[in-house]
Amino acid sequence: MNDSTLVQLGLLIPLLALVGIQLTARHANLREAVSIIAGTALFAVVASMYGPVIEGKEIAVHWLDVLPGMALAFRIEPLGLLFALVASFLWIVTTLYAIGYMRGHGEENQTRFFSLFALSIASVMGIAFAENLFTLFVFYELLTLCTYPLVTHAGTDKARRGGRVYLSVLLGTSIGFFLLAIIATWLLAGTLSFKPGGVFAPGTSAALLSVLLVLYVFGVGKAAIMPFHRWLPAAMVAPTPVSALLHAVAVVKAGVFVLLKVCLMIFGLETLRSIPATEWLLYLAGVSILLASIIALRQQNLKKRLAYSTVSQLGYITLGALLATSAGATGSALHIVMHAFGKITLFFCAGAILVAAHKTEIGELRGIGRQMPVTMTAFLVASLCIIGIPPTGGTWSKWYLMLGTFEAQQWILMALLMASSLLSIAYLLPIPLRAFFGGNSANGFDSEPSLLAEQGEAVAIREAPLPSLIALGITAIGCIYLLLYPDVFYLLIKAGI
Amino acid sequence: MLSHLPILQVILPLVAAPSCLIIRRATLVWLFTLGVCLAALAVSALLLQQVYTTGPISYALGGWDAPWGIEYRIDLLNAWVLLIVSGLSSAVIAAAHSSIARELAAGRQMLFYTLYLLCFAGLLGIVATGDVFNVFVFLEISSLSSYALLALGRDRRALWASFQYLIMGTIGATFILIGIGFLYMMTGTLNMADLAARLPAVSGTTTVLAAFAFIFVGICLKLALFPMHLWLPNAYSYAPSIVTAFLAATATKVALYLLLRFTVTVFGVDFALASLPLELLLIGLGLAGVFAASAVAIYQVDIKRMFAYSSVAQVGYMVVGIGIGTATALQATLLHLFNHALMKGGLFLALAGLVYQVGGCRIDSFRGLGRTMPWTMAAIAIGGISLIGMPLTVGFVSKWYLVAAAIDAGLWWVAILVVLGSLLAVLYVWRLVEAGYLQSPPEALAMIRREAPLGLLLPTWLLIAANLYFGVDTRLPVAVTAAASQFLLGGAAP
Repeated sequence: MNDSTLVQLGLLIPLLALVGIQLTARHANLREAVSIIAGTALFAVVASMYGPVIEGKEIAVHWLDVLPGMALAFRIEPLGLLFALVASFLWIVTTLYAIGYMRGHGEENQTRFFSLFALSIASVMGIAFAENLFTLFVFYELLTLCTYPLVTHAGTDKARRGGRVYLSVLLGTSIGFFLLAIIATWLLAGTLSFKPGGVFAPGTSAALLSVLLVLYVFGVGKAAIMPFHRWLPAAMVAPTPVSALLHAVAVVKAGVFVLLKVCLMIFGLETLRSIPATEWLLYLAGVSILLASIIALRQQNLKKRLAYSTVSQLGYITLGALLATSAGATGSALHIVMHAFGKITLFFCAGAILVAAHKTEIGELRGIGRQMPVTMTAFLVASLCIIGIPPTGGTWSKWYLMLGTFEAQQWILMALLMASSLLSIAYLLPIPLRAFFGGNSANGFDSEPSLLAEQGEAVAIREAPLPSLIALGITAIGCIYLLLYPDVFYLLIKAGI
Repeated sequence: MLSHLPILQVILPLVAAPSCLIIRRATLVWLFTLGVCLAALAVSALLLQQVYTTGPISYALGGWDAPWGIEYRIDLLNAWVLLIVSGLSSAVIAAAHSSIARELAAGRQMLFYTLYLLCFAGLLGIVATGDVFNVFVFLEISSLSSYALLALGRDRRALWASFQYLIMGTIGATFILIGIGFLYMMTGTLNMADLAARLPAVSGTTTVLAAFAFIFVGICLKLALFPMHLWLPNAYSYAPSIVTAFLAATATKVALYLLLRFTVTVFGVDFALASLPLELLLIGLGLAGVFAASAVAIYQVDIKRMFAYSSVAQVGYMVVGIGIGTATALQATLLHLFNHALMKGGLFLALAGLVYQVGGCRIDSFRGLGRTMPWTMAAIAIGGISLIGMPLTVGFVSKWYLVAAAIDAGLWWVAILVVLGSLLAVLYVWRLVEAGYLQSPPEALAMIRREAPLGLLLPTWLLIAANLYFGVDTRLPVAVTAAASQFLLGGAAP
């Protein structure tokens, strides 16, 4: 098959899935089959681009010129492919999980849910494949708009409030800063196309570039750098599969992916190093990492804690990109993958606990490991992956990030990363450990064995529905697999940086 | 035949208007009016095509040569505005039949179509003519008929709104007339091109300065530029829905055209900038309008009124473009002229559909609309997204040019404020989306609401689709406005 056809397919398959889902709305099983088949097909398409891209082949598609010199165009480069690979693979897994979750939880409007899911993936593919900032911006905004109904899926007042925060922060930053930065880039560089090594002519005023960099870092609100992180905890009102795919993978990763790409291919590492603002933004990212970790530590709601953990981990990726060293960028790109696998597993587990045991608070999870051993084991593995210790893939990304701070001789930041890793141990590990070794605490304190017998509820807790269990098993195994075989992604990143 | 196109453009609806009274049957009158509007659209398309390929057309009315006779002069600027006005009028009148039948008493329908054509003719006349007194005549034709159109509203408050507009409009028109009188006094001519040639000789005099001030303020009144906008929200909210759509899509556009014509062509940018701090004035008032009107829009309960305030805000953007004054900025203004007409035309027609079914358009009646009137609600959502300026809609195109023009001119603060202003649009648009899709319909309304009739829905969606189409395929508007703004600033004519 022609390579450029593959790109078209990558963008069209999710859209076709959307049509298919709408057509089969009446038959739930058929509808879910459409999602799974589309997911598999998409992954196959994206994966088949791997070979050519590694070999350095140019795959490009040009749709049309919207304004003179500004085209809707796509070009596959290694980093984009990396993002597309992760997102398309996790789409399949999440669909599998969502089938169990949505039915187990008796959610309404499932057709709308799965349709918008497909549309979100289409936008993600657009972001990953974008040839220029304009195309990227189009799909970036589309992603915001089509995930909004997913966030507010429940339709309650709380969901509406969360949705409002979600939308206002994301649109506010993207229109207020990002768009401004893009237009300024257009006027300054005369092009919006991504180019390895950057687009700005040497000798462009460093002050102006500083302003631009600040606009980009704040403008990409999806990267959730403080103080524009509020949307992430707010979006936790969404059903768990949405939180999992969109807020551990698609949306937040779209954010950091954009930042990484802007750092590498709009500014270029050379230029980035010479801009005074980079230093300040590095510290901002550092503060964001540390503060979010501390806030996470104080959250009692499981999903909220995971959300703040995401804010903190996204800070790592931004920081890696801004370090402007090759090790930093490598670590940053690797962490996109590792964190995706780790965090999606954690969210799957949180959802599984909600469906099976109807528990959302961390205090209620003591001893639950005995009823839900598979889920909590997966939780443990994923926690290790986020923290970055063996036997999980997170080790690699944290390693390279540390190396990056070393290369850039940022000792304070290095210490900061270590401190935050300790904090993440403190906010993640106690959850699975208490679940296995703590006493049962259905009432918030350790129960007597005799009381346990009376609590029919506690006994009735069983593992989550099978599809969900399979899904979280796959991603947890993925975390371990990535420790042993990170090459797949590492080669891509090497080709890309 | 082709050489008579400029006058045909105006005379066609003018002659057709009284004929409506002879036909008398509502459906027939509607078809007749629609036919006239479409014919005018065809004429304006031909004109634009002709001007674009061969340059400006001058037409001497009655064979009397300019500067003595009345000259109709079509260049790219007014050919573009003519196309917008006639295109939008056709789309709006296509939707009129069912809405007018529901909102007006049977006896008044004929009156509506007559007035519509008169107003249409007036607007086209203002744009087509190259004679300043002729501008005033057509201004009165269009204004008088629009006062009457507004007063047709079922709500008794429409009378008061119409009266308010009458007072403000008359003050505006009188100011313009005084200005024209002064100009005639100083130069002895009424022809625009002739005026432009003769004014520099007397530009130092107070009389010319006063003329400019009078004309400027007069036009700004008609334009509803902040802070002279207070007549507009009332007028828009109490008028029949179709009238609102018509005026929102055309009348302010024509006033903006006049502002451009007078400042750029007649007085010339140099004079305008030298005699008044026009740049600062226009940018300042424009931005103040954007923020004040958008902020007020957020708190409106009546959605027609909300979009009326939004119109005031959008006029602000266009005026900012004139204020910046570079070719890109003028292009942004001309683009937004077209784009805003598409947005507001589509939005107000969608509201007409809602009024048709529910009888009003307060925010309450939007609750659960996504379920009961999915097409109407989707149209409002897409129109709103275009208003915000999301990529792939027309709103994005004009915003892009305006922000780029501001940054290019070194006016960073203007760029930032323009962008912030569009965030306010998010707030007021999103209230509707939230109510429409996330709230359940109130019980009293859940039973009676159905989708709007096809006759309304089709034109609405035509305009909404145009919002998307011209957001992606921007070749026509960008090419025409680029050439027009170059031409206006005296650069190489196309």
